[in-house]
Amino acid sequence: MNVTIVDYNSGNISSVINSFKEVAQDKVNIEVTSDLDKIKSSDKVVLPGQGSFKSCVDALKKINGLTDTLDEFAIIKKKPLLGICVGLQMFADIGYEETETKGLGWISGKVSKIDNQNGKFKLPHIGWNQINIVKDSKIFQNIENNSHMYFVHSYEFVPNDKNVISATTDYSSNIVCSIEKENIFGTQFHPEKSDKIGLKIINNFINL
Amino acid sequence: MLKNRIIPCLDVKNGRVVKGINFVDLKDAGDPVEQAKIYSDGGADEICFLDITASNENRDIIYDVVEKTSKKCFVPLTVGGGIRSVEDINKLLNCGADKVSINTAAVENSKVVIDSSKKFGSQCIVVAIDAKKSGEKWEVFTHGGRNNSGIDALEYAKQMEENGAGELLVTSMDRDGTQVGYDIDLMSKISSKVNIPVIASGGVGNLDHLVDGIKLGKASAVLAASIFHYGKHSLKEAKEYLDSKGIPVRI
Repeated sequence: MNVTIVDYNSGNISSVINSFKEVAQDKVNIEVTSDLDKIKSSDKVVLPGQGSFKSCVDALKKINGLTDTLDEFAIIKKKPLLGICVGLQMFADIGYEETETKGLGWISGKVSKIDNQNGKFKLPHIGWNQINIVKDSKIFQNIENNSHMYFVHSYEFVPNDKNVISATTDYSSNIVCSIEKENIFGTQFHPEKSDKIGLKIINNFINL
Repeated sequence: MLKNRIIPCLDVKNGRVVKGINFVDLKDAGDPVEQAKIYSDGGADEICFLDITASNENRDIIYDVVEKTSKKCFVPLTVGGGIRSVEDINKLLNCGADKVSINTAAVENSKVVIDSSKKFGSQCIVVAIDAKKSGEKWEVFTHGGRNNSGIDALEYAKQMEENGAGELLVTSMDRDGTQVGYDIDLMSKISSKVNIPVIASGGVGNLDHLVDGIKLGKASAVLAASIFHYGKHSLKEAKEYLDSKGIPVRI
């Protein structure tokens, strides 16, 4: 099996690569590439994302044909795709970080700044927070409710259809921190930095 | 609920841990990779390396250390010490660091923080402030505490937030190494001044100091070195103690 981590110059993805390689060992081939043919032929795709919504969307678009290839992979062929952090946020129609920017539009909704309640909550939301699992998700197999995950973000994904939400976390309000819509998965937290429990989520995705 | 973080810090010189955990079963007590792994297995919320290598020719060793550590530890890794440029940051992140902590370069050239936070995102840019009390205020020191910039630490903290820092690592130079506790006044003043998380550092001698750093100093995270070295306290003990004092921690 081939799992491709999309390398589109979205910032630091070495931790994502390290964690997937740690979980995969020799059983699964982990590719790190922006090569369109390799993405098309892979079994699963991981879409990481660091920095701002706009910088990630811009970086995706800079690689000719990449968004079309990802569309084909996730929407037409319905093969499993996992977005991490801004990778998840880009599923939305629109994001408001820096300036209004169109997303991939896979899951209807918007990405807006977390309400810090007049400075009561510090931003970025950095550190370990518990997840509240609100629906069964294939990537949460053997993951206990209220497990701790590592977060670092200032913006949140607000999907229109609440049925796609698989987990939330409590920071200022109930922030969407995981989604599952058919073959599309996303986590706002960083499974690659969430210790053994995070590696278990990666393992669940690899074994889908 | 967001948990307060405990971050053990390892001083690394020429690729070796200077002060370290003194465990009998440790194969190589000076190996930063092995020590980081012990901390991460012990429940560290993050790991911090401070590279105190003085000579230029040995500066590249840290990249190798970071690369090996990031393949074994799956909690966030912050690396600081000797970072001069956006290119230095790029290299450390590529080796597997999740965040970098910038000290002198942030004072000397504000563009380093502005440019790197734009390029890599604020989430990986920590500005380290070494502050020393001077009358009623605190002044920012650079070059490992040797040079006084004369800059007011509170104003500087606010400026760094505006420049794009994602977190501030605040060290009281008056308290560092004394084991008498954090400079609570400094921590709480900076934490109240900015809307980004503050990591308290410098002066921890016992577990109550960690509690004070969070409760009184309003820090989001506490960094400590010596109390975790030589087995004085384990991370587990520290977390259970904080928990018993009503501080939310990841256990």
